Amino acid sequence: MNGLTLFFQQIINGLRVGSVYALIALGYTMVYGIIRLINFAHGDFIMVGAYTLFFTVPLMIAAGMPAWLAVVAAVLVCALTGVLVEKLAYSPVRARGNNMSALITAIAMSLFLENLAQTLFGASPKQVKTIFDLPMVFGISGNTLLTITIGIVVMVGLSLFVKYTRSGQAMRAVSEDKNASLLMGINVNRTITLTFAIGSGLAAIASLMYVAQYNQVTNMMGSMLGLKAFVAAVLGGIGIIPGAMLGGIVIGIIESLSKAYIAPLTGGLITSAFSDAIVFSILIVVLLVKPVGILGKNTGEKV
Amino acid sequence: MLTKKNRAPRLWVTLIGICGLALLIYAADTFGLMDNYIRGIFIQCCFAIIMVTSLNLVMGYLGQIALGHAGFMAVGAYTSALVTKAIGLGIKAGTIAAIPPLAQFFIGMLCGALAAALFGLIVGIPALRLRGDYLAIITLGFGEIIRVIIQNLPFAGGKGLSSGQAGQALIGIMKMNDIYVIFLVTVVCVGVMLAFVRSKFGRAIIAIREDDIASSCAGLNTTYYKVLTFTVSAFFAGIAGAIYAHRGLGTLQHTDFTFMKSTEYVIMVVLGGMGSMTGSVLTAILLSVIPEALRAFSQYRMLIYSVILVLMMIFRPIGLFGNYEFSLYQTLMKRIRKKKVQPDQTATKGDT
Amino acid sequence: MPESILRANQLGISFGGLKAVRNFEIDIKEGELVGLIGPNGAGKTTVFNLFTGVYKPTEGKFYLGKQLMNGKKTHEIVAAGIARTFQNIRLFKHMTVMENVLIAFTKDMKYNLTSAVFRTAAFAREEEEIREKALDLLSVFHLEDKADWNAGNLPYGQQRKLEIARALATSAKMLLLDEPAAGMNPTETAELLDCINTIRRKFNISILLIEHDMSLVMNVCERIIVIDYGEIIAQGLPEEISHNPKVIAAYLGE
Repeated sequence: MNGLTLFFQQIINGLRVGSVYALIALGYTMVYGIIRLINFAHGDFIMVGAYTLFFTVPLMIAAGMPAWLAVVAAVLVCALTGVLVEKLAYSPVRARGNNMSALITAIAMSLFLENLAQTLFGASPKQVKTIFDLPMVFGISGNTLLTITIGIVVMVGLSLFVKYTRSGQAMRAVSEDKNASLLMGINVNRTITLTFAIGSGLAAIASLMYVAQYNQVTNMMGSMLGLKAFVAAVLGGIGIIPGAMLGGIVIGIIESLSKAYIAPLTGGLITSAFSDAIVFSILIVVLLVKPVGILGKNTGEKV
Repeated sequence: MLTKKNRAPRLWVTLIGICGLALLIYAADTFGLMDNYIRGIFIQCCFAIIMVTSLNLVMGYLGQIALGHAGFMAVGAYTSALVTKAIGLGIKAGTIAAIPPLAQFFIGMLCGALAAALFGLIVGIPALRLRGDYLAIITLGFGEIIRVIIQNLPFAGGKGLSSGQAGQALIGIMKMNDIYVIFLVTVVCVGVMLAFVRSKFGRAIIAIREDDIASSCAGLNTTYYKVLTFTVSAFFAGIAGAIYAHRGLGTLQHTDFTFMKSTEYVIMVVLGGMGSMTGSVLTAILLSVIPEALRAFSQYRMLIYSVILVLMMIFRPIGLFGNYEFSLYQTLMKRIRKKKVQPDQTATKGDT
Repeated sequence: MPESILRANQLGISFGGLKAVRNFEIDIKEGELVGLIGPNGAGKTTVFNLFTGVYKPTEGKFYLGKQLMNGKKTHEIVAAGIARTFQNIRLFKHMTVMENVLIAFTKDMKYNLTSAVFRTAAFAREEEEIREKALDLLSVFHLEDKADWNAGNLPYGQQRKLEIARALATSAKMLLLDEPAAGMNPTETAELLDCINTIRRKFNISILLIEHDMSLVMNVCERIIVIDYGEIIAQGLPEEISHNPKVIAAYLGE
């Protein structure tokens, strides 16, 4: 395998990982756009989806149905989890507290989900049976192609939804100006709930793609995934849907390339464990240079 | 409030209070209550106190969420451990005069604190330009970066320095678990932080927390005060790290300083009350002792904490102690004033 | 000839393509009280933000005395001698009245971190001195007996006075008051008028006043500048301005 093929392979890998990040980032960005909260627990929704798949995939197979249909259950469970978290924790705190309390609540929910999973299912990883058994196409694994395709379909679907449906437009309106939306007769609470449901549902799809590739489910899997996806959302422009997609792909490609090339390039000084640190460094650079992200626009504070 | 008149009495009261606590510890020690296990918990309480109070400076007084505090602790821990190791090696090799272990520890601790403060400066200057959510994430990022760097430093693993290996635990660290020394260090740290808070510095950062723009329009150099507070906070985290490194186990691993650890300290600050040093001290002690006492439930610990945290944010966001600050001097003054009033009251009661 | 305190030459700022303020010229002498009026959105607060470093001018220059102030940070401008109040009162509501004033003294306080930590005699002395200074200042505004109140608990009119007191505590030479009478009833406005006259007498300070309350403006301003759509459309004595057709048109939206 020559250098160019290797490079191409890494790009494809990056697109695959990036699609997963993009789907997760979309959830972050949608929630941030609507209630200006970084939902720390979002990464853990993926974990919820993954555990659901762990239980429902065998059920599907036993019932003679395609394994991937289990994602329907995952989407439902994740959406429900997201809505519950919003209604039981975020909404009351938002009503009574300030931004700091809201962020702390999000961190607490993340801890809660991770530890609940550990209590219920134990800390050791669970194996999920192979979901997709697809042939190679032009030397690229079928799994990878499917992941990328699903990513594109979901992103396009979401963009259309947000642009052309009433609920989607309501989401955009509430993101821009909550009070004006209230005055226009938009049911703000229902819109927020819907946003959480969709965002969490997307996390379930992301979990399907992740589990299809890596077959493993642990209670901490959402934490790192979520953080990297958050970096992706910020990179593309937090609150901006195309930004999440762009950010996800970019982070995926950077991570893939850095894992492959950083060790040989630096003579083994920096190992691939550094790829995590590199992703965080990207976050720091973005926040310092252009905090609104690639696609973001600057609006200063009114004095 | 400190005035020229009450300055001396206040300082004396503080000193006597500290001696009183020290006496209690001495008594416990003499009566054989201080076995190794209790000592271990005592030391754990001490570095937890320093971590929580220093984090409170940033979270409670400055009003920013910092999720990378364990990173500064790590810098302090590893730096101090490597310095004491280096000194030890130097003494063995005869290149350094033999100095007592206490001095070695203090030198290591100071180096650790200064190194942590330096990192506090490096992280603070960029991070403090950002608002709330972003600041939280960037501190998390820095905390992780620090940990990953330590993980990959060859001289910070194995036997450390020249015989080290990346990724391994650092072993063979000297022991400093003299409870009086640790107690003194803890008291001094908390005292310095309290003094910081009850001065123009504390007022300034509280004002900045309330309204950044109004603060700068009132003449405060907000960046200076923010970075100063962050650096001071990191300095003390470094001291806590030094105590942690030398607590007796003799080993350090980078996994001791993960985001999870940072989060635990955040939880302690929030529960105790952001803006109350008293709350921080008490919560640090409580949440160091209770998990030990309830070892059986340790697997549910974080689960319970997270639920309590959410409930607090909904029902009592100011934390257990809110803004309350215990002052031995003021408590005594109130008692004395009450005693002065009593005789008059009984007289008037008798009249009717 | 009294010296110039605040001077601006062709000062302006654009946000993207929008010129929020253009060609702003002003020359305020020592002890003068100048009014800045104009319809809503004319750019008055933007001018204030330019003068306090909250916005950086994209054209022109402004000076405090002989010092060029362009590009300086807010706290540097305040240290040089410009202080302001805000349209929506921005007090530190959870701090006491006394502490609000103490904050403004902070930049002039000399003790360092070491003195604070060791509770030196110098530290105790300075803390006591600034508290006396604060009480003196508060007594000018009749707020000294409320020194331990939380600022947020003061009645509205007194909150406004406290904000002005805080601005004066920075030892400013130039005071920018942004709609101080906003939301005040006639009694409070009369008190405010009194207050402004008192501080002019006591502190010999120059004032630039944004206001919509015409009775206050006409009563207290020595001269008035009118801006609309970011540009000066008229300036002069109060009587001239009140009869100026351009000004009337701007307010009535001709």
